[in-house]
Amino acid sequence: MAARGCGGVWRRARQCGVGGPGSGPGPSPRGQRAVACNARGGAVPAGKSGLAPWIPVVGLEVHAQISSNSKLFSGSRVQFAAPPNSLVSFFDASLPGTLPVLNRRCVEAAVMTGLALNCSINKKSLFDRKHYFYADLPAGYQITQQRVPIAVNGSLSYSFCIDNKMSQMVTKTVRIKQIQLEQDSGKSLHDDTRSQTLVDLNRAGVGLMEVVMEPDMCCGEEAAAAVRELQLILQTLGSSQAVMAEGQLRVDANVSVHHPGEPYGVRTEVKNINSIRFLAKAVDYEIQRQIEELENGGTILNETRAFDSKLGCTVPMRDKEGKQDYRFMPEPNLPPLILYDTKSLPANMNHQQVINIDWIHERLPDLPSVKREKLVEQYGILPEHSFTLLNEDGLAEFFESVVKQTQMKAKKVIGWIVNDLLSYLKQHSLTVKESPVSSFLLADLLNLLEKKEISSTAAKQVFAELWKGEGKTPLEIVKEQKLELLQDQKELEQICQAVIDGQENE
Amino acid sequence: AALKGRLRSQVSAALKEGRITPTELCQRCLALIKSTKFLNAYITVAEETALKQAEESEQRYKRGQPLGILDGIPIAVKDNFNTAGIETTCASNMLKGYISPYNATVVQKLLDQGAVLLGKTNLDEFAMGSGSTDGIFGPVRNPWSYSKQYKEKSVPKSHSEDEESNWVITGGSSGGSAAAVSSFTCFAALGSDTGGSTRNPAAHCGVVGLKPTYGLISRHGLIPLVNSMDVPGILTRCVDDAAVLLGSLAGHDPKDSTTIQDDFKPFELPNLTDFSKLSIGIPKEYHAPGLSSEILALWSKAADLFKNAGAKVVEVSLPHTRYSIVCYHVLCTAEVASNMARFDGLEYGHRSDKKESTESMYAATRREGFNDVVRGRILSGNYFLLKQNYAKYFVKAQKVRRLIANDFVKVFRSGVDILLTPTTLSDAAPYTEFIQEDNRTRSAQDDILTQAANMAGLPAINVPTALSERGLPVGLQFIGRSFQEKQLLTVAKWFEKQVQFPMIQLEEVKRHDNGVFQHQKSASFS
Repeated sequence: MAARGCGGVWRRARQCGVGGPGSGPGPSPRGQRAVACNARGGAVPAGKSGLAPWIPVVGLEVHAQISSNSKLFSGSRVQFAAPPNSLVSFFDASLPGTLPVLNRRCVEAAVMTGLALNCSINKKSLFDRKHYFYADLPAGYQITQQRVPIAVNGSLSYSFCIDNKMSQMVTKTVRIKQIQLEQDSGKSLHDDTRSQTLVDLNRAGVGLMEVVMEPDMCCGEEAAAAVRELQLILQTLGSSQAVMAEGQLRVDANVSVHHPGEPYGVRTEVKNINSIRFLAKAVDYEIQRQIEELENGGTILNETRAFDSKLGCTVPMRDKEGKQDYRFMPEPNLPPLILYDTKSLPANMNHQQVINIDWIHERLPDLPSVKREKLVEQYGILPEHSFTLLNEDGLAEFFESVVKQTQMKAKKVIGWIVNDLLSYLKQHSLTVKESPVSSFLLADLLNLLEKKEISSTAAKQVFAELWKGEGKTPLEIVKEQKLELLQDQKELEQICQAVIDGQENE
Repeated sequence: AALKGRLRSQVSAALKEGRITPTELCQRCLALIKSTKFLNAYITVAEETALKQAEESEQRYKRGQPLGILDGIPIAVKDNFNTAGIETTCASNMLKGYISPYNATVVQKLLDQGAVLLGKTNLDEFAMGSGSTDGIFGPVRNPWSYSKQYKEKSVPKSHSEDEESNWVITGGSSGGSAAAVSSFTCFAALGSDTGGSTRNPAAHCGVVGLKPTYGLISRHGLIPLVNSMDVPGILTRCVDDAAVLLGSLAGHDPKDSTTIQDDFKPFELPNLTDFSKLSIGIPKEYHAPGLSSEILALWSKAADLFKNAGAKVVEVSLPHTRYSIVCYHVLCTAEVASNMARFDGLEYGHRSDKKESTESMYAATRREGFNDVVRGRILSGNYFLLKQNYAKYFVKAQKVRRLIANDFVKVFRSGVDILLTPTTLSDAAPYTEFIQEDNRTRSAQDDILTQAANMAGLPAINVPTALSERGLPVGLQFIGRSFQEKQLLTVAKWFEKQVQFPMIQLEEVKRHDNGVFQHQKSASFS
């Protein structure tokens, strides 16, 4: 199936039509972005193919580190930035004779994630060994789920706006092929000057969920939006902290281009993408590069490329090993992973030893999409505002708290949240939790405004004062700076009269 | 003699009554280990810690609070089980000098019950072999080579050089453990059994060798050969002792996910009296090419014993057993290739001085660390696991394994309780003869009667049955239903009593050890 859910067709790499069911109106020059990030400049020579359109195809493999106290198969703690090799059990270091013991929490996290991504959960899944020699892979193999993963056949809906216009939201769906449980590797630090490699095994054996997305996307923006939505879901579930900067969420993109009606082109895999913004850039760059390469009569190699965030381009990765044969085989030390639902749950089974899918399903928290719908429904705000609220950690809660404490209508409150509060936060690079203006203070301020005690211009002034965080209440600031609106008609008349008198005297 | 006695009825009683102390017992074993050093049964003798453990045991007995039957009992452990603080080598350059930071679960269980760990026994490198001849510490010599029985019956040689070349192998790969038990240097020993590695040397050394059901005993800390077939094996002088050891080792281990969930209830073996409900199966396929005529005769005599006692004896068929060896070859080498991948010289074990690149260091480390047998198995295993070969070899072998296992299920379902087979094709071969063939050929021949039980995960036991014409031990094998060790051992115990296997008369040891045996005799009691 060709790029399902993506009607995008790039014409000579310049334009990207958005079309397709449910998407925004008509073609728009979305491809400009790809051109803009072309390090070699915008000029695309008129290739042999002339005006034949290109269809980019983007699939993603996302590795999410499971948020758990201990590793996937050992009791070692999981902690970011601990002293090197301080979180290493005998098993993690692959001491001879050690055996894996599956961490229940990791299985539950994967089941939760699978359910949240509309997957069918396999009641029986298997573990396999994937072999390769690498310094930070002590056993010489990684335990993964190659044959029968824990979850399959899901989908993820994500939205993004066209041309950065909040008013033009598009919602698309990417199919989730599978979610598999696997071990993370350790970290190798190459010291070229002393020509040595230092190995840190703290990360070795930490539980990962590999989420494989079908190639249903067609540009960097879509890939970025899909990953952002996945990130929000993982964070909502608590199954992963999914902080890309800390490596808890790692994205590899598979990119190819082809002409309509033709089979998919040769794909490259882009690695080393460490932020969502770079993901969009990397994918668009790679699409552009492939189109130019092909239009210049070149060919695309099935290779792994790394994204260089400084140069904004992808470069071939040195693959010393050449073609790898991972020599998969079943992990003999782990019995099949059996999950139950309420129907299949054996009556006399120890609850500590079983995982009930239905039980987990019933306890899933509201997912971002549901939360957004509820926000729109309950507060009458615009859908795009619901996205903004969820995109910042704690912002929706902040908003709801303000609404609760003020008479002002939620529709008006949202403006203060997304325009004032958010821009202040962004300006000062603060998180919602770090905001010097609490929801209580903002509600206080908005109440003054709502009661018409101050003008909205004055309110902005008060907000700026509040931001300084000097512990004053909005009312104190208003009094201090004499920002009250005059409510007394007589006083108003006197002032007016004084002004008129002044005029007449001149 | 306490030194040669049974654990439950004799040795434990002697310890309790103070007729002998754990320290005395330990010292005698240590002395005997020294005087039988030429057997090469031990790689490491942990004299100091053993004496300390014995001393602690002695204190417990003095307080009247021994930990159980095993308290103060000297045992030996095959050198592929991790022992904290005592070298664990797998008889390989790769792990020479390696001291593990932890105890294998089985070792820990023995220590927790007061057993005294004498040392680590010799084996084929990484347990790959059937002779205990292919380790870096040299071959193990079968104590029966130095017995009065063998001397008298084997063709007398006039020259002492010939005598030197006349010694026979122990079988393997747990040959060190079998020799240790057989020569009375310990009361029981742990082996491992993947294709017969406990039962085969038990048969050749005239001791009891039990391979329990897969999953009954924890493998945590056993350096693996084939994870899906490995089980810790038990080597003892009699079936009752095997039951004691089994009771102390079996049960769930949270560190090994393949162990049974339930706790295991240790048992004492009853005397078999009612044969009316017992059905013994004689699998015709075990009448294999190369089976010696005297073993065949012994086998049918054993069947008659049961028949005469009133048991039902039926011929049964295990049609897929003949594919067992080739199937095992694929599955074993594939897992070996995988399991050995961790030995890269980085975290532990041997590391080559070659430092041009990480890859060249890996290659040199593995070339220097492993012998030809291990390297050969790694090579073929990786071949079978290649993407283009996986379905053709590995998957097919797995299917055949299922067929082999199903054969047993069908036979047991038909009402058969226990299968009776030979353990080996013949008695032990002289070393000089044995090494004429390569390891692979030898393993393929020698595992033929034992291996199917591993494929199916079934419990099986070697019971020493008689001496061959050459005066060497010959054993028969009983294979039971999964987790029906009690039934299996009960039948084995009855059989053991009927055959009255002779005790080894270690003439040679007497000569070698400057009278330690004499001293033993004078100090012994009964």
